[in-house]
Amino acid sequence: MSSLVKNIIRFILFILVQVFVLHQVPSLHKFITPYLYYLFIIWLPFSMGRSALMLLAFVFGLSLDYFLKTPGLHAAACVLVAYVRPFLINMLIRQEGDEQNYASPSITSMGWAPYFMMVFILTLLHHGYLVFLEWMQFGTFLYFLGKVLATTGISMLLVLITELLFFRKEKFRTNTV
Amino acid sequence: MNVAGEVTGRVSERYNNVEYYFKLKQANEALSKQNEHLLNLLRQDYEGADTARKFFTDTLRVDSLVTIQRFKYYEAKVVSSFVSTQNNYFTIHRGSSQGLPKDKEWGVISPEGIAGRIVSVGENFSVVMSVLNRQFKVNSMLKKGGETGPVSWDGDNPHFLRLINIPKSSRVAKGDTVLTSNVSDIYPPGIMVGTVAEIIDDKSSNFFTLKLKTATNFSNLQFVYVLQDLQREEREKLEDIYKKSK
Repeated sequence: MSSLVKNIIRFILFILVQVFVLHQVPSLHKFITPYLYYLFIIWLPFSMGRSALMLLAFVFGLSLDYFLKTPGLHAAACVLVAYVRPFLINMLIRQEGDEQNYASPSITSMGWAPYFMMVFILTLLHHGYLVFLEWMQFGTFLYFLGKVLATTGISMLLVLITELLFFRKEKFRTNTV
Repeated sequence: MNVAGEVTGRVSERYNNVEYYFKLKQANEALSKQNEHLLNLLRQDYEGADTARKFFTDTLRVDSLVTIQRFKYYEAKVVSSFVSTQNNYFTIHRGSSQGLPKDKEWGVISPEGIAGRIVSVGENFSVVMSVLNRQFKVNSMLKKGGETGPVSWDGDNPHFLRLINIPKSSRVAKGDTVLTSNVSDIYPPGIMVGTVAEIIDDKSSNFFTLKLKTATNFSNLQFVYVLQDLQREEREKLEDIYKKSK
């Protein structure tokens, strides 16, 4: 399957799972909203430029916004994630040139610790931004802090489960024949 | 938002086809309870032992009452809803093509009680701001004493609302009914809001804060009624004049 087709299917699947599975879960606590959809942006190939990444993230976030009837909150958070992702990859990748040798960020291409470090930072940023926008409407600082931490925890758990269930084997590509 | 609403509405409708099947039982129960309530209001239910006394129904036909009709009901099917966030909305399958007037916030009730208010009307779908939304507010009153106060949701638990500004002189008890008040701008008076679950006695103020159990069960909401206020425009016009002159 080509990378384009794969990502189109992922796009649709992530939105549907977020709207019709994770948002249907009865709320456990007001601090907890299970989010997983932004993993789509993390899984996008290394070869995408920053502007393309941000544009796609915007469209992705906006389509979730339309389902959840939020005024562009997720689009904003997604664009932030897409903007920061290349910096983190540059910082955390194991070896210079690995972004040419592998297709996209994953456990195999980056290693357990760096990959989850990246996911953790992006999750924290995403939720921080999302809850910050919410916090400007209502809530206290404790609400902001509690919600960011609790939601990040749940999200990290979901990401871990997803990564283990749908383990993506990345092929090592080289120029040498 | 409207075009996107059509698209997401269609997708949600597909999902609801499945979901609806699992929630049929609760939806059915709610509707039959409402039926029971309405049947109890029929004339043939009332009969005195004294046959000399005659009962009359008002001979005014409904048509002649239209000039003074205030609320008009439209039934609608809920196609997508969630209660898991701080600002919850749900989508109903009725829009301007099915006769819903645009550009106004109409009240929405479920068979069990209040449900929300319309925020956007599309061609075939409309978006409703649920009662379980941080921005939602409705003026309501205690059925027994008649004390009024605003009801809102604190975002904590989707089963409980919060009613504030009830004076401590009122004799409120657990289990008391709370209804929409007559100053509520989108609902007729007397629609069920919830029942008192807990009375929070704040020592530093002269008012009670009441925790209400919602009448409507939002997690299996399937049918709602949209209330069009036919006298809204006139009232708003009058109020606008007053607001300007102030």
